[in-house]
Amino acid sequence: MDAPAIVAALDTLVPGSGVQALPSVDQPTILVEADHLLDVCGALRDVAALGFTALIDIVGVDMLPRVPRFDLNYSLVATSVPARVRVKVHADGAEPHVPSVTGVWPSAGFLEREVWDLLGVVFDGHPDLRRLLTADDWEGHPLRKDYPVQVDLPVRIHEPIQVTEAQFRESIQADRRVRGDQA
Amino acid sequence: MTPDTDIPVLTTTVDKMVQWARRSSIWPVTLGLACCAIEMMSMAASRYDIARFGAEVFRASPRQSDLMIVAGRLSRKMAPAVRRIYDQMPEPKWVISMGACASCGGVFDNYAIVQGCDQVLPVDVFVPGCPPRPEALLYGIILLQRKIDQQRAFGYPRA
Repeated sequence: MDAPAIVAALDTLVPGSGVQALPSVDQPTILVEADHLLDVCGALRDVAALGFTALIDIVGVDMLPRVPRFDLNYSLVATSVPARVRVKVHADGAEPHVPSVTGVWPSAGFLEREVWDLLGVVFDGHPDLRRLLTADDWEGHPLRKDYPVQVDLPVRIHEPIQVTEAQFRESIQADRRVRGDQA
Repeated sequence: MTPDTDIPVLTTTVDKMVQWARRSSIWPVTLGLACCAIEMMSMAASRYDIARFGAEVFRASPRQSDLMIVAGRLSRKMAPAVRRIYDQMPEPKWVISMGACASCGGVFDNYAIVQGCDQVLPVDVFVPGCPPRPEALLYGIILLQRKIDQQRAFGYPRA
């Protein structure tokens, strides 16, 4: 199924979504507006003729002088057809917001954390949007084009506290309950 | 032991004897951060064989180690973990910074890599190279042994 066919199918399934086919060399590529992303993704996954059940990767790109600034490429695979499609979403602004697709594909959890960590694209509705690759106390988003490559910062050599005292005590007590230890 | 007596006695100082024991059994902690670790493993294996210098046992626990070989680039996220492993090693302990990346950041002159692991650890010997050949690392260990020979057994300042 090529890109115009996918667009035609989506036009009937999600009326008014305004999906466009984009030129590409390797696999069908469609452009979706962020407002309609969840409807379009739900249709891509659930309609049997499309059947894109797997989200393989989310790639964020910073195209700095361009407006809109960020590209998000969702790589989808239909395992039964088989077929691939690339869904492209534009996001703009210093802190762009895009709806999270974790409700459609749970595998989006880590992928969206990575994109937010490195590019600062906020995914609304993500259950646990924490940093993934950089340290927990990192400032900024390193893969942005306006992030300095060479920064002279003091090295932090002590990790922040990972569990609070209450959590630590709770964990030990739960362990003792499991073992039946009276101490 | 002099030729004209048969008394089986050697005299030396406690400093010398203790430091001889220490330098003859430098056990490194198992710590590899990047491609330098491949050369480090090669040095430990049979072809180069650091067992000849008493340093053959790569311990899996920092509690049993004397030497930390920082083999590879040290990222800012890894720095607290490496520092924690170093803090867990008992005294006396030494550090070898292996390769260009660990010593000065190397080609990774960017925000993610610590520009020299001496910002995090007290380094005794720097081994240059990208990566250093196993012979170079062996020479680093021999230099460290000479350094240990010159240190005092007791009362040296804590790192």
